[in-house]
Amino acid sequence: MASGKEIRTQIASIKNTQKITRAMEMVAASKMRKAQERMAATRPYATKINNVIQHLAFAHPEYKHVYLQDRAETKRVGYIVVSSDRGLCGGLNNNLFKTALKDIKTKIDGGLEVDVCTIGKKATSFFGRLPVNLTGQAVQLGDAPRPHELIGAVKVMLDAYEEGTIDSLYLVYNEFVNTMTQDNKIMQLLPAAPEAPSEEMSHHWDYIYEPDAKDVLDHLLVRYIESLVYQGVVENIACEQASRMVAMKSASDNAGDLIDDLQLVYNKARQASITQEISEIVAGAAAV
Amino acid sequence: MAMTIHVDIVSADTSIYSGLVEAVFASAIMGEVGIYPRHTPMLTRLKPGEVRVLVDGKEEQFYVSGGILEVQPSIITILADTAVRADDLDEASALEAKADAERSLKDSGAKLDYAEAQAKLAEAMAQLRSIERMRKGNTH
Repeated sequence: MASGKEIRTQIASIKNTQKITRAMEMVAASKMRKAQERMAATRPYATKINNVIQHLAFAHPEYKHVYLQDRAETKRVGYIVVSSDRGLCGGLNNNLFKTALKDIKTKIDGGLEVDVCTIGKKATSFFGRLPVNLTGQAVQLGDAPRPHELIGAVKVMLDAYEEGTIDSLYLVYNEFVNTMTQDNKIMQLLPAAPEAPSEEMSHHWDYIYEPDAKDVLDHLLVRYIESLVYQGVVENIACEQASRMVAMKSASDNAGDLIDDLQLVYNKARQASITQEISEIVAGAAAV
Repeated sequence: MAMTIHVDIVSADTSIYSGLVEAVFASAIMGEVGIYPRHTPMLTRLKPGEVRVLVDGKEEQFYVSGGILEVQPSIITILADTAVRADDLDEASALEAKADAERSLKDSGAKLDYAEAQAKLAEAMAQLRSIERMRKGNTH
């Protein structure tokens, strides 16, 4: 059995670890709240742009933008995979990669080729090791990414789609359900399918366009895809913080359990040595 | 009381302004526009520049780096970009994202080098320490 001093140092070191995990838990909790606020702040833009596109797409059925057209056959698919930059957030990234790989595998088994664009360090290092075609990446976005930091990575995929290199595009990210639950989600970005406009939208009225409807629609669709990706990234950050908070909480709890167990062992060892000392003294006294 | 109309100025990451105004002025792609209540529905692209709203006879200014202006009978919406966008700038960032990906693919080798370098550094430091200890031992 370990001696008293050894156990004491072990307890001290676990206590230090517990302090760190507890601090990380609290930091993650406050960052999660901010990330959730940011998530809410992205919503108005996405809703508005979606409304405008719906209206435009249905007011001008004769003009079909390339993003809205279904391709006759699909040969190559693109994926944008969103992950965190940092680890220590439970199984969040690995679960997402597993879901993504499963989907990618069914595509490859179906005779399709796959392009991947990664957002976040973890995805880059994961997909960098795999035999997939990595076409673009965006890393080190921090806790509050700006939309324009993603332009490059998204444009790589949009260009590939316009050139016909890829025939559909998916976004893989974590959806924030609540603090305890994050869902892996695979969303189809291209070809985009705006929902049918609601009753009030379907009245016969139209905008005055400057310079013209086509130009505005082209412009809007790029912004629309970008805003979807941006939303995915922001949502993923909220998931990351929530997941880290939960992981660090269970780490702190486990450290607490470990400390309790060790304390018990330590007390027993101490009691045993005292008992032994007393019996030795008594035996010594009896001998005299 | 002048007639008012609701205005929302939103960008992808935040809501910039929301409220009732008497008029909106913005620099559209085909020239400056001023929108008063009961304007006909309109959709136009914006140039980088300022957007001014008239509230109670006073003007408030915002800067937008481009975007879309949408006028509906009951609401005006400005979807602002968060950064100045130009095709060649977008192209540059796309190229950067590609180059980054290629670099990180090659980097798996570089990472090994880093680990190796770290190991060598540790070794050299250990050697230095032992030399120092030896020297101290000699002088005493």
